[in-house]
Amino acid sequence: MVIVRRQFITVGETVMTKGETMRYIRPLSIEDAVGLLAGSSGTAAILAGGSDLLVRMKGGFVEPDLIVDIKAIEGLSEIRQTPDGFSIGAAVPCAVLGENAALKKAWPGVVEAAKLIGSKQVQGRCTITGNLCNASPAADSVPALVAAGAKAVIAGPSGKRTIPVEAVPIGPGKTSLAKGEIIEAILLDNQAPRSGDAYLRFIPRTEMDIAVVSAGVNLTLDEHGVITAARVALGAVAVTVLLVEEAAEALIGRKLDEAALERLAKICSGACRPIDDKRGTIEFRRKVAGVLATRAATTANARAGGK
Amino acid sequence: MAGIAVSTTINGDAFEYLCQPDETLLDVLRDRLGLTGAKEGCGTGDCGACSIILDDRLVCSCLVLGAEAEGRQVETVEGMAHGDQLHPLQQKFLEHAALQCGICTPGFLIAAKDLLAKNPDPTEEEIRFGLAGNLCRCTGYDKIVRAVQDAANVMKGA
Amino acid sequence: MNFDPRFSGRKFSSVGTRPLRPDGIDKVTGRARYGADFNMAGQLVGRVLRSPHAHAKILKIDTSKAEKLAGVKAVITAADLPDLTDGDAGMYDVLDNCMARGKALYDGHAVAAVAAVDASTARQALKLIEIEYEILPHVTDVDEAMKHTAPLINDAIFTEGLEEKPAKPSNVTKRSQFGHGDVHQGFGHADVIVERSFKTEQTHQGYIEPHACVANVNLDGTADLWVCTQGHFVYRQHCAQLLGLEASKLRVTSSEIGGGFGGKTHVWAEPVALALSRKAGRPVKLVMTRDEVFRASGPTSATSIDVKIGARKDGTITAAEATLRYSSGPYAGTWAEIGAMTAFACYKLDNVKTVGFEVLVNRPKTAAYRAPSAPMAAFAVESAVDELAKELGIDPVEFRIKNAAQEGTRSSYGPVYGPIGIGPTLEAAKHHPHMKAPLGKNQGRGMACGFWFNFGGQTCVDLNIGMDGSVSLAVGTVDVGGSRASLSLVAAEELGIDYAQLKAVVADTSSLGYNDMTDGSRGTFSSSMATISAARNAIKILRDRAAQTWDIPVDDVVWENGHAIAKGEKYGNLAALSLKEIAAKSGTTGGPIAGHSELVADGAGVSFATHICDIEVDPETGAARVIRYTVIQDAGKAVHPTYVEGQYQGGAAQGIGWALNEEYIYGKDGRLQNAGFLDYRIPVCSDLPMIDTQILEIPNPNHPYGVRGVGETSIVPPLAAIANAVSNAAGVRMTHIPMSPPRVLAAIEAERGG
Repeated sequence: MVIVRRQFITVGETVMTKGETMRYIRPLSIEDAVGLLAGSSGTAAILAGGSDLLVRMKGGFVEPDLIVDIKAIEGLSEIRQTPDGFSIGAAVPCAVLGENAALKKAWPGVVEAAKLIGSKQVQGRCTITGNLCNASPAADSVPALVAAGAKAVIAGPSGKRTIPVEAVPIGPGKTSLAKGEIIEAILLDNQAPRSGDAYLRFIPRTEMDIAVVSAGVNLTLDEHGVITAARVALGAVAVTVLLVEEAAEALIGRKLDEAALERLAKICSGACRPIDDKRGTIEFRRKVAGVLATRAATTANARAGGK
Repeated sequence: MAGIAVSTTINGDAFEYLCQPDETLLDVLRDRLGLTGAKEGCGTGDCGACSIILDDRLVCSCLVLGAEAEGRQVETVEGMAHGDQLHPLQQKFLEHAALQCGICTPGFLIAAKDLLAKNPDPTEEEIRFGLAGNLCRCTGYDKIVRAVQDAANVMKGA
Repeated sequence: MNFDPRFSGRKFSSVGTRPLRPDGIDKVTGRARYGADFNMAGQLVGRVLRSPHAHAKILKIDTSKAEKLAGVKAVITAADLPDLTDGDAGMYDVLDNCMARGKALYDGHAVAAVAAVDASTARQALKLIEIEYEILPHVTDVDEAMKHTAPLINDAIFTEGLEEKPAKPSNVTKRSQFGHGDVHQGFGHADVIVERSFKTEQTHQGYIEPHACVANVNLDGTADLWVCTQGHFVYRQHCAQLLGLEASKLRVTSSEIGGGFGGKTHVWAEPVALALSRKAGRPVKLVMTRDEVFRASGPTSATSIDVKIGARKDGTITAAEATLRYSSGPYAGTWAEIGAMTAFACYKLDNVKTVGFEVLVNRPKTAAYRAPSAPMAAFAVESAVDELAKELGIDPVEFRIKNAAQEGTRSSYGPVYGPIGIGPTLEAAKHHPHMKAPLGKNQGRGMACGFWFNFGGQTCVDLNIGMDGSVSLAVGTVDVGGSRASLSLVAAEELGIDYAQLKAVVADTSSLGYNDMTDGSRGTFSSSMATISAARNAIKILRDRAAQTWDIPVDDVVWENGHAIAKGEKYGNLAALSLKEIAAKSGTTGGPIAGHSELVADGAGVSFATHICDIEVDPETGAARVIRYTVIQDAGKAVHPTYVEGQYQGGAAQGIGWALNEEYIYGKDGRLQNAGFLDYRIPVCSDLPMIDTQILEIPNPNHPYGVRGVGETSIVPPLAAIANAVSNAAGVRMTHIPMSPPRVLAAIEAERGG
């Protein structure tokens, strides 16, 4: 074992074509991780679950000079319950979300979304932070997180900042994170009373596919079942996950009846800016976005105690 | 070329190896340690043929770096039988002809072992969704599901 | 050959039982060695550089930088594989496919290869190879490729099979035609005619094990090849011919095979691995990535098919016609011809005509995929048959029963049928509880029939009896689904011994005579015939040794239940001698006891199946789910019924994937967009229900036990059965496979709108 700095527990390197070296480092503190990323001169990659990074490396799409494995950093592999809600460490595998009873009870839609990513095998490794930072418009957990109003805690060379999750991805494969920045946790507030969230995606098979269209909905009701707060997010229908504010506005102040659902479907279909690709067509995505939004809203409404 | 020195435990035995930073645990198992039970069907986590259990978590070893196994417990198909005693899943896969070509079998056995450890009495649907990360192209899954159901019954009785 | 292959109607004691397979224990413990599980000392890692272009002239290849990289031991291009095919056009195509010669013909076509000390060096070396391409216009769609304006893939191709020799080259390599009677007249007698066009997209066999081999060429011209293949003898012939080696000096060992389904019947990278080894002077291991398997092995044809069928009001079909266009990749094939032969094979028709067109496209070379070409033809024909039954107001099963071929029927492709199973499978379907089960909302039921020829071919078996009475069976057909178990059962049956006394192995090419590959559902059919013959030859020797021991004429010795028995009252005091007892003395009675057989297995009985399935369609998303599936198929005689069921279930599952989600998707740039298991969507466990099977046994008169091949037919009906079920559930006729959710939803919406 080559020890470069005392606090790095594992370090290795391999010589690459042009005489450069690929380094694998497993820092013990977030400060060291930030320092490594900020100080790297080439391509640096953060490794948590690796389910995106290793696939990209295998395909030759990325050849990092530096791999920073963040799993040994204290606290990053934990879900913490705080008075305000939940803090999900950046290295927590999605399977662990499903094993946390309190989280599952508070945010069933988020947990379901996280547990739809890939297979059981992939869920044993992948993280919602990685899912967010991979910045795929089709990422399963992101519409659910956006609907839930989740926030990302970012550590960087100039300190920490917290931003809404929808501000992280800015385009396919691109994030707003600056050099040296790293998300250390995702925050979910406690659910308001009489609230419920839900996530649904459409895939051709029953498992293993990337979402062709997806919808995350979070609703809060008053004592009479009238919607007082709503967030509706759609996935795989634009360059980033869409937060459809018009859909939320259309729901607030009403009960989720037939007319509301019909309106919701129409607004969601209209909000889509999809493309034709190997997974679906523009027409299909538009139509199904509306269908999934109404189905997810129906589940969220029931979870909030509405009828 | 300085390799990364890794100490790990595989099927209960201590192993030490050197690997490169970009080398997967699957490559280490197969090419460095001669444990070829885990198979590479895709290298991208889509087929499950390389399934192993890493610290009680079912994972695709093609999506784990060799360096990440430091200090951890790795379980592969080679460790399923105890001496001359097959694991009930292995026995039931044989009896139900739950394999034809057999290339997916090690991955299915490991995934099914993990499934039954977490859910000893699964429904057919739970088995089917629990094993959805493992592709089989020969059997149509029918006999695999039956073998897992039968093994679950045997293991419950044990 | 002193061997009578006719069906004898004997009673069985081993055949038809379900013992554990001999290779099972290795497979559940991870010890079985597949293509990539073998290593040689000093072995290098081979990797192939592939064209990113669908169609491009290769102007220049500069390998100098790659050669200079430390750790690189050999770099090869087409120049290292000189043309030794001597005018054999088929082999020239194989050579060109292994390594592009002047022109890259599809995205994924091999253009160079390296051997290096490790995978990472080999990968880096590929990046250092510089290739100058001149990009040419390309065509990937089968209908587009037939147009006069389409880019020509090979300007030396002039369509064969036309009445007049064409003046211009074309992407259509061949036209073929089958049938009898007068379809024009037949349609004149019809009360109802259904005419429709269908399309099916290209699919891949999707075996989980990528192609893998270890090649070693020695300085003295001998060589070894360890490889996952469906036919190691065929690989030997092809590799020897392409490399200029003597066939008998190239020993090919077939590893355990992780699925093939027709895709491992062609050499792809094996000649490249041998050429790398020859140049590097070291063994080379070459394993394809999944991406390479999709881009550069052999998927099935994409097709475009027109069908026209007419019938009288009483349900009698008066005429049937089909035009079938099949893509064959960039090289000539006979895929449409096979499709044209199978299209109407289930029916008794007075007037039938099928025409096939083989079409070149810039896609990988088409290879066999389980009953190759038949599923697409059956999809088109069985969809039209269903529609016709509906228009006539006749139950689809009754309509098919009325028109089903029988013993004595002249088939649509020529031969007259012997005893066949189409009628019995239809009758079984009619009486199956599945047919009467109630359907729920948004659910539909469909059924369809399928046909496959089945092959026989050259086969060779050695049966060796050990001095302890145990028996080893060396066969030359690769075991793709349990044939070592079924052949052991056959040997046990013939010898009259216990299954446990036998061990079957697949012998390498230096240990056994030539065998055709395991294709055409021939493995158990032909090798069981050779096994019976070899066992009978061994029995002759066993009887001879007993006669010698007893000092009586051999004609007085019979073989019954594993024993030599002296026949006749005069030998009343002679105790029967068991195989074990005779074997124990073999050293002093004339030496080792063995039986051999070399034969051409003729008379593979044709095979028929009928499938029933229930589908639920989500009318808002177009998603189709299989909720119940039943396979009924004639096996002739099921040697090991569990593995027969496995073949039925596996074929149905592949057909379900093909019908619903699997397809090659090409971009406008001619590049394959879904070269991986993420977006090439084969069924996962949660996609399928249990698959019910019913084995019928209509003996094949040309096999001693009545065996027919069973491996392929099960993939023929599903496309049509599912299309019929989806059409019934969705209320709209589906004509494009796969019936992916966007296609189904679009069809539903179009129907609603119109």
